[in-house]
Amino acid sequence: MSDYVAPLKDMRFVLNELAGLNEVSALPGYEEATADVVDAIMEEAAKLASDVLAPLNATGDREGARWSDNAVTMPAGFKGAYRQFADNGWGGLDCPVEFGGQGLPKLVAAVVSEMWRSANHAFSLCPLLTRGAIEAIELTGSQEQKETYLPKMISGQWTGTMNLTEPQAGSDLAAVRTRAEPQADGSYRIFGQKIFITYGDHDMAENIIHLVLGRLPDAPEGVKGISLFVVPKFLVNADGSLGGRNDAYCVSIEHKLGIHASPTAVMAYGDHGGAVGYLVGRANEGLKYMFIMMNAARYSVGLEGLGLSERAYQMALAYAKERIQGRAIEGSSASVAIVRHPDVRRMLMLMRSQTEAMRALSYTVAAAIDKALRHPDPAERARQQAFVDLMIPIVKGWLTETGNEITWLGVQVHGGMGYIEETGAAQLLRDARITTIYEGTTGIQANDLIGRKVARDGGATLRAVIVLMREAQQAAAKDAALSELATAFSSSVDALERATAHLLACFASDIRGTSVGAVPFLKLLGIVSGGWLMTRAALAAQAHLAAGEADSFYAAKVASAAFYAAHVLAAAPGLAQIVVGGGASALAIEDDLL
Amino acid sequence: MKILVAVKRVVDYNVKVRVKSDGTGVDLANVKMSMNPFDEIAIEAAVRLKEAGLASEVVAVSCGAAACQETLRTALALGADRAILVETAVELQSLAVAKLLKAIVSREQPQLVILGKQAIDDDANQTGQMLAALLGWPQATFASKLNIEPQRAVVTREIDGGLETLQVSLPAVITADLRLNEPRYATLPNIMKAKKKPLDTVTPEALGVDPSPRLTTLKVVEPVKRQGGVKVADVAELVAKLKNEAKVI
Repeated sequence: MSDYVAPLKDMRFVLNELAGLNEVSALPGYEEATADVVDAIMEEAAKLASDVLAPLNATGDREGARWSDNAVTMPAGFKGAYRQFADNGWGGLDCPVEFGGQGLPKLVAAVVSEMWRSANHAFSLCPLLTRGAIEAIELTGSQEQKETYLPKMISGQWTGTMNLTEPQAGSDLAAVRTRAEPQADGSYRIFGQKIFITYGDHDMAENIIHLVLGRLPDAPEGVKGISLFVVPKFLVNADGSLGGRNDAYCVSIEHKLGIHASPTAVMAYGDHGGAVGYLVGRANEGLKYMFIMMNAARYSVGLEGLGLSERAYQMALAYAKERIQGRAIEGSSASVAIVRHPDVRRMLMLMRSQTEAMRALSYTVAAAIDKALRHPDPAERARQQAFVDLMIPIVKGWLTETGNEITWLGVQVHGGMGYIEETGAAQLLRDARITTIYEGTTGIQANDLIGRKVARDGGATLRAVIVLMREAQQAAAKDAALSELATAFSSSVDALERATAHLLACFASDIRGTSVGAVPFLKLLGIVSGGWLMTRAALAAQAHLAAGEADSFYAAKVASAAFYAAHVLAAAPGLAQIVVGGGASALAIEDDLL
Repeated sequence: MKILVAVKRVVDYNVKVRVKSDGTGVDLANVKMSMNPFDEIAIEAAVRLKEAGLASEVVAVSCGAAACQETLRTALALGADRAILVETAVELQSLAVAKLLKAIVSREQPQLVILGKQAIDDDANQTGQMLAALLGWPQATFASKLNIEPQRAVVTREIDGGLETLQVSLPAVITADLRLNEPRYATLPNIMKAKKKPLDTVTPEALGVDPSPRLTTLKVVEPVKRQGGVKVADVAELVAKLKNEAKVI
């Protein structure tokens, strides 16, 4: 199996030429994120990813997390790797400085997170969930809760979980039944069962801080009656030391298709008298708090699609260059490496060009998150936030759907060996499968996109993005070397406009019909957004080439953009056609005829 | 005790090195550069001595182009306290580097200088030895174990026949071998702090050293490509080939 090497060159290119690291490091509070510091961070993260995390990916998959006696044992090596990860301060990269974090921008966090995802998806979920719990406490917890939990979670001494799902409450959290009974001392006793709790138990850290959604006795029905509680595995004494074991146990873990090293726990709260919990924020506002964090969580899962794609490409490319099989199709004296076969080449280019497009989009959105948070001009903050809100379902939905396609292609390039676990290609495909499901399925992302993100503002935010797309297209049209790309990109933007117009016209009158086209619309906006950034990438690369720079990276970037236009953007009119004309036939027959 | 550590910026060990088509040297355009791995070991040794309370300050020195600052920042992130760059565009050879380091030593007055035993680009394995000679200090090269005692260092070195243990009085020059230690990964907070640690730049002129090359590189060529092997029918043919073609028996 091939090793993971962080694609630092492309990462730097996207950071500097497309996402605008210089603009982000000009924002108040991000002054330290200068290009040289960010480069040093990337180099060191790349080393840790390649040398420490990547080698545990396959062994972690084979061995899996194991459960016995209400406790989880992690696969060999994970505990040591986590210790190193935490001790080296990586968990606190974008966390608040006042609680021990480094306060770096999301843009830098995105680059480094991509490396963790590529190197070891299952491992990376532990810091991901911990980061989510940190954010929840940071945004909504009391000062005392922040002081109790944040320093140790940011240092990685403790990890965190998010407990939302129950057997009857999956996508619909209004059905949550976990109860919280008020106690005389102001704390609560929590009773209930939570499922699908990522890293709900493990042996890598001394305490686990569970954030749990539940209902107070007098809570209203439905979504307006859900509160958020913090429930530590070990109670925390006033001096910060660990106290007794709380009544919060992992009673089993799931047997899954992929991410075997990531323990997916069934958590039982209160089976032995009640788990001690503390209310976070105000009563009955738990779901609102969850929604605040939703963008960050969905963004993070999108990066999983990118990270797995990069690793799949590296693996497939190494195999295609080494595997000798068959003569060249035009004739050759000897057998050739399969990378010489046109169809293998096509698959590798599909993997490469889409991975580059996903990286460009996700880093661009990360930079917008930073600007939405820190830009001095409130109007600019609002503009960036609208862009982020529009793009979150794309980063989550499109990157994970494409990640599935690319890991699938990775198996295909390996041929029969890809179906054999030994090569590692199959693991990436299995691991990728969950990403279109958790943190909101692609269908949920698409509904959010067409309803809340496009129809609600009458398409205003999307139209502003289309203006930027047209600017890039016109710039490309002026460069003879990019004229074919510009033409293909232009047609894809036409298709996007057609589909958007239909959506806006029919959303209110035919909600079921337009909803059939929601996922195709999400994919359409995804590939056209990718096309926008690949066009900008080609323009930037052409500028370097025109300046006489001999680096072959730039010529390869232009070729990658051209391929993307010819092979990926070509699908845009078809997707638009589904959005416009696909509704009625999907809904034509009665349920019992299906 | 102050420790000086010399670090060199070299082509990264993962890079497949290519020779320039005109044979004047190695192609460095768009090639990833990083700290010489033996120098990382030297830094680690110095930082561990400081952490053990045996050293008070670790100063990293590099000689070369402005880009060597990156290498020095890496040294600072790994735990060096401050850094000195001797900046010059001149191609530096071992003797010139040894002279520059001698000048820095006379300014800084360290008790110990640690270097990598050699750099992975030219594999010269000379700078440490030359520096010790210029300073008139004892040297212990290829260290695989290092113990600092009052006024002396006990160094285990790997030699062909096994292990040799030397005792040298301080101040001394020590060069690090592969097994001296396993360098750490820089922590994120230390990478951030490295930017704020002092990094001074001096020139060879200011140090009164002429760094001009004394040796001329005539030609750099790629190693001969490995030829495909041949199968021999029997031992007799093998012996005949060894005798007549290879002329080794």
